Amino acid sequence: MFPSRYWREIPHRYRLEAGKCTGCGFVAFPRRLVCPQCGQREFETFKLKGEGELLTYTVIHVGPSAFVDDTPYALGIVKMDDGVNITAQISDIGLDNIEVGGRYKIEFRKIQSDGHSGIHAYGYKFIPIR
Amino acid sequence: MRDVAVIGVGMNKWGELWDMSIRDIFTEAALKAIDDSGVDHIDAMYIGCMSSGLFVGQEHLGSLMADYLGQGNIPASRVESACCSGGLAFRSAYMDVASGMNDIVLAGGVEKMTDVGGDGATYALATAADGEYEVYNGATFPGLYALMARAHMERYGTTRKQLAEVAVKNHDNGSKNPLAQFPFKTTVDGVINAVMVADPLTLMDCSPITDGAAAVILCPADMIGKYKNHPAVKIIGSGHATDSIALHSRDDFTSLKATEIAGKKALQMAGKKLSDINLCEVHDCFTIAEIVVTESLGFFEPGQGGPAAEAGDTRIDGKIPINTSGGLKSKGHPVGATGIAQIYEVVSQLRGESGERQIKNAKVGMAQNMGGSGGSTLVHILEVI
Amino acid sequence: MIGITGYGAYIPRYRIKVEEIAKVWGTDAPSYKRGLQLWEKSVPGPDQDTITMSVEAGKNALIRAGISGEKLGAVYIGSESHPYAVKPSGTVVGEALGATPDCRCADFEFACKAGTEAITCAMAQVAAGNVKYALGVGADTSQGAPGDALEYSASAGAAAFVVGQDNLIAECELTYTYMTDTPDFWRREHEFYPQHGSRFTGEPAYFKHTFGCAKGIMEKAGMKPEDFAYAIFHQPNGKFPMRAGLKLGFTKEQIEPGWLTPRLGNTYSGASPIGLTSTLDIAKPGDKILVVSYGSGAGSDGFIFKVTDRINEVRNMVKHTVWYLDENKVYLDYGTYAKFRGKIRKND
Repeated sequence: MFPSRYWREIPHRYRLEAGKCTGCGFVAFPRRLVCPQCGQREFETFKLKGEGELLTYTVIHVGPSAFVDDTPYALGIVKMDDGVNITAQISDIGLDNIEVGGRYKIEFRKIQSDGHSGIHAYGYKFIPIR
Repeated sequence: MRDVAVIGVGMNKWGELWDMSIRDIFTEAALKAIDDSGVDHIDAMYIGCMSSGLFVGQEHLGSLMADYLGQGNIPASRVESACCSGGLAFRSAYMDVASGMNDIVLAGGVEKMTDVGGDGATYALATAADGEYEVYNGATFPGLYALMARAHMERYGTTRKQLAEVAVKNHDNGSKNPLAQFPFKTTVDGVINAVMVADPLTLMDCSPITDGAAAVILCPADMIGKYKNHPAVKIIGSGHATDSIALHSRDDFTSLKATEIAGKKALQMAGKKLSDINLCEVHDCFTIAEIVVTESLGFFEPGQGGPAAEAGDTRIDGKIPINTSGGLKSKGHPVGATGIAQIYEVVSQLRGESGERQIKNAKVGMAQNMGGSGGSTLVHILEVI
Repeated sequence: MIGITGYGAYIPRYRIKVEEIAKVWGTDAPSYKRGLQLWEKSVPGPDQDTITMSVEAGKNALIRAGISGEKLGAVYIGSESHPYAVKPSGTVVGEALGATPDCRCADFEFACKAGTEAITCAMAQVAAGNVKYALGVGADTSQGAPGDALEYSASAGAAAFVVGQDNLIAECELTYTYMTDTPDFWRREHEFYPQHGSRFTGEPAYFKHTFGCAKGIMEKAGMKPEDFAYAIFHQPNGKFPMRAGLKLGFTKEQIEPGWLTPRLGNTYSGASPIGLTSTLDIAKPGDKILVVSYGSGAGSDGFIFKVTDRINEVRNMVKHTVWYLDENKVYLDYGTYAKFRGKIRKND
């Protein structure tokens, strides 16, 4: 992974920085240049609180190149309390104990590494709120 | 706009075509379509291909294929819309002819997927999802459809067995298709007990990795007299719609809005009702996809796609035959070629040339081709004249 | 007065028992457990490293400090397992905590002393008036060579401290460092696992420096062991810190709240800092705490803290250290542990 591609997404991935439309309040994660809801083009930086409810999930047994050593791993969509949905891996939970409707929070984790010598790529995963 | 007809179709036997390169695969299918139509040249061509760059390290397919097809310097374009690149090539060719820009236009699709390993193929396919906000975090295509399956099961009580029934039916149909990659039959237990790919989807819920191509020849309807090898089939409806490519950005994971809109547009343009449709090829990249697509097109109420599959409503002798070709599941899914192969099946059925899997009195057929997790859809309706 | 404004720990949830490791190498688990006074250790998940644990410990520390990350004027990470040989861990941590760009940053390495070194430098920046708040973190995902005695103890964890001059939960009354060149443990560039001088790591290394530092700082402060409510010593295993503490004249009761190694393992740069977070979780206002780290190579950093009233307001703002240690754990078999730790040779 070329570092610039990773680097430019850092505010989203490290700090959950979204954009909030100053017109209608639509929360864009990642940020957008134009609001899909009201068409306005001004957004203010809005930090997601990082907690929400699991809408759906799967356990992936066949992974793409960057994740072959991580299988089986759980992937889910969480509706954040701030109103935006996020897809991420679910960590720190037994794969049989995941339930739709469960409460999850974001934790900072390593997402993938580019081979033995490329960059480490960090970001967010869901972990159950205990 | 001029009326447009399909006057030739071609497709090769799909599978792991170890001794054929992407150019051979495409050219073979294209030559079959040319021969089937009886044309002596083509004026332009559109090739649907999702990711030849990642699969075989080759872009610039329009020119490459025009050259290898012996068509010299004609305008040739490669179009891409993930797994509905083929459907988009068909619509592009249709618009080209309808507009009056060109007369004899080839629409083709190709994918050569076996020159990379399984994880490489999973990676290449995953580029049809949101690269930074789904794939970066480990999403795969079976994974995204598994997220839809879980949501559908939670909301409507769709069962594991109902998902399996889709695969059983499509393999039954595919067993009657000499061009299918996996023409074997299977059972509900065989599907459920196959190796897990993305819970709840097993390997037998997933369409395979396939090498293959398909091509069709289009011309203005008023020129078909010149090339009347077969009953003429007219394109009467074309619908195209998009949606967010990130599944999580949608309000509902249990329906497919782009499919709903493209289906309605195509029907409106054709001046037909769903009840006029005699058969439909849908994009069953995963068993859950067929269930959701048949609901979103309106063949069944939301939540009734699973029970309908279980009841046999979608079999060749059912209320609405779905995927008589065997679908992506049994026929194979060389992603860029799939949308054209669907047209191949609909045209064959409307011509009455589908052999063992022929539907009686097929007059109007539909094809629904979908990209990604539903971020793009093309629906076409064809009618035999 | 300089001191700690906020503190936080992070320990991964995975554990492996001494028996599970001994089974693979055909060693006698009871004698290892007796000799090391240690029965299990924490293991980082495949998605965890010094950076991720530092971020989570740092978030906990910021919550207790009651400040946002942008208030941090410096971020210092001490570890012997920085994920990059070249490229700082601290930039990632600083960015994730929102401290950038108006922020000083450095990574430290001094075997197991790197964490206290980071805290010392954080304090120095605040004392010099260069920054208002600074973050010092000790974190490690340490590796012992397969089958080596270190494999039974090398574990993972992090502790982070926001250092400042106001809203203190503990005032730092004195610091002192005792350092010599003593090659008891090392890892050469490009080598995966460290090597050590076996029993040479004991008397001339750990004990000499720990004693030198503890005696030195108490002498400077004019204090005796009984003046302290608690004492925390670096803990490469369960035995060394207890033996050192008792020999210095401390009681078991003073040592135990920060003596986590028996069920945590040796978190290297995180070891004495996590001992401190665990002790702060139960300390009362007015309590004095002695911290003496040890890093091979070799040296010890000493600190004397005096706990303030504010501890009662902040200690329950985030989960206590023992929650991470005792309430959230999952045991691994050796195969899964070896996979998680990258000990299995694979093709690229």
